[in-house]
Amino acid sequence: MPENLKGLVGPEQQFKDFLSDGKFMIQRCKSLNQFFFHPRVAFPGSGERDLEWVEASGNGVVYSSSCNRRLPEKGGDFNLSLITLEEGPRMMARVEGVDPDKVEIGQKVKARISSLNGEPAVIFDIV
Amino acid sequence: MDQNDINKLRGKTAVVGLAESGCGLASGWSAMEIMATAVHDALDDAGIKLKEVDGVFAATAFHSMAAMSLSEYLGVKPKFADGSQIGGSSFLSHILTAAMALDAGLINVAVVAYGSNQKSIGGFKTISEAMPYEAQYQPRMPVSAYALAAKRYMYEFGASREDLANVAIAARDWALLNPRAYTHHDGPLNVNDVLSARPIVDPLGKLDCCLVTDGGAAIVMTRSDRAKDTKKNPIYLLGAAMEHHHRMISEMPDLVRTSAIESGIRAFEMSGYTPEDMDTIQLYDAFTINTLLFLEDLGFCKKGEAAELIKNNNIGPSGSLKVNTNGGGLSCVHPGMYGLFVTLEALRQLRNASGDNVGQRLDGGWIDNAKLSVAHGNGGVLSSQVTNIWGVSDTL
Repeated sequence: MPENLKGLVGPEQQFKDFLSDGKFMIQRCKSLNQFFFHPRVAFPGSGERDLEWVEASGNGVVYSSSCNRRLPEKGGDFNLSLITLEEGPRMMARVEGVDPDKVEIGQKVKARISSLNGEPAVIFDIV
Repeated sequence: MDQNDINKLRGKTAVVGLAESGCGLASGWSAMEIMATAVHDALDDAGIKLKEVDGVFAATAFHSMAAMSLSEYLGVKPKFADGSQIGGSSFLSHILTAAMALDAGLINVAVVAYGSNQKSIGGFKTISEAMPYEAQYQPRMPVSAYALAAKRYMYEFGASREDLANVAIAARDWALLNPRAYTHHDGPLNVNDVLSARPIVDPLGKLDCCLVTDGGAAIVMTRSDRAKDTKKNPIYLLGAAMEHHHRMISEMPDLVRTSAIESGIRAFEMSGYTPEDMDTIQLYDAFTINTLLFLEDLGFCKKGEAAELIKNNNIGPSGSLKVNTNGGGLSCVHPGMYGLFVTLEALRQLRNASGDNVGQRLDGGWIDNAKLSVAHGNGGVLSSQVTNIWGVSDTL
């Protein structure tokens, strides 16, 4: 491992490994006391590298949402949303448990770890 | 360096040749053949020989090193080349880079080019990689991203699908005046046509989305002193600026405010003109939401007011704002990356008003006495924003 790379794997793989272990983790910059997503090697915009992983509360609010139309034989319509996490960052995700076109901006949602196409994925349910 | 130094680029370069090629369906022609034909036609238009070209700028979804591939195909050995790929706005940034290279004396004649045969070989073509942290949710890019922005826009400002439809209706009305437009013979659209079109990603339906066509385009740029000796009226680059802050839609800080706010301020400042001075307004309308966002972000109205501004077909041929006068990406042409076509229409309107013959349009399709055009390019998912201000000689 080149000596400038700290850790066995990079933040993207660490995030995926956490998900595989059933944990939804996001990064926090200790000196700024700010969370961010997606995972990076340094805080975006100012470059601080004193980062730690913190388990996300899983609480969020729908920032925007869309129903992606797809033929039934290809899996049918599905939801695609942007969720603002309680900790501040935003992420893309899917909201389930309601019809894909019935997810409204401003609705409170809660994360759970599920799987999409065999990969662990953060999915949200309406609270 | 202060703003005055940057503003030294104002009016230093001009477009002296332009052409489009293979727009619509060009079965049997490769993307390179379409692009190179546009370059040769643009050089003929300028009266400049190929062997004088020493700057080559290009980006496509077919060539990973487009400027190099194009140079080789043309048989040109450029002293400077740029194949930067920032999506559909790439060409408007190439224009800025070409102006810098020309002004610095690195090159004397630049061509900026694009070519695509996406339609004739099967449909929308992209070279975008799968985005980490997004791909597993299977977004249908780029339309899913624009749908998320449209939905947020409707939520924040109380806009409706009818408001979005007004953009498509106006674009089609312009296309009906432009024999070059892909939908020229398709008749006008009404609100019901747009709202009842096949849903793609809510709230966007098929008629909220751009065309999928073949097509290429090219422009020839040179320094303004040289431009005076070419065949057509030069159109001068008065201002140019760019900015971007995200690549993935999930990283866009605010879905209803694009970097066009910043690119517009700097481009207009360089030009010495304001949005109100623009005789034609050419905006990258890959989707109906784009036109609303860019009218606001470039300063033609306040944030949240574009839906009201465009009512009563106010951006159509009979309206007060001459927006996307070729029919836009929605109704004229959209071969995957539309930036050079935004530019071509800005330039053609000014050339026509200067007395050059740039083709026939029905009554009202050409803007009388047009002296200033803004061309605004968008790339990625409301990501890269590049604004160019163009003017005829007496705007210098």
